[in-house]
Amino acid sequence: MSETDNDRESCATIYSLSTCSHCRAAKRFLSECSVEYNFIDVDCLKGDERKAIVADIKKMNPRCSFPTIVINETVIVGFQEDEIKEALGL
Amino acid sequence: MDIKAFYEKLRKIHEPKGYYFNKDLDLVYELLDSLINNKGLYDYMACPCRLACGDKEADKDIICPCEYREADVKEYGACFCGLYVSESLHEGEKVGEYVPERRPPEKIF
Repeated sequence: MSETDNDRESCATIYSLSTCSHCRAAKRFLSECSVEYNFIDVDCLKGDERKAIVADIKKMNPRCSFPTIVINETVIVGFQEDEIKEALGL
Repeated sequence: MDIKAFYEKLRKIHEPKGYYFNKDLDLVYELLDSLINNKGLYDYMACPCRLACGDKEADKDIICPCEYREADVKEYGACFCGLYVSESLHEGEKVGEYVPERRPPEKIF
């Protein structure tokens, strides 16, 4: 798992792909909102670790699309600014 | 591969078919760069916004232009990753909207 530049507890996790523009936009957006977040670039994972994360994503988002964003237990499928803001209470 | 030459090559192939590049050129170049990287990594141009498995046959549906482009551009005006858009979106007559994933989840592992 990759993390932002510190170990403070984050309220957001982005399941992303390193090559995906929507995922990059979501990361940029959360940074601009000064939101601490974790991200997992699933395409960079291999073997059992990848299988486990994909299974986790499918439980939250059955389409298993990217980005899948979890904010305070709210699952947001895709980079949708309005939904992200709502989940963040912005 | 020179990215501008790649852009022009694809534009000449796809515009006559009604598929235009997104007007957001930063996005387009980012996606084209990722396609080139994926070609180097997987040996095929997997959609940068899909999880490729590394098996060309299993991923043939997401080799750009993906099998879902036609339906997505028809319904939403853009393909899933946003690289290609319809003429009306290209001309600014229609505003882009969120494109949901059509790829069957069993193909993602």
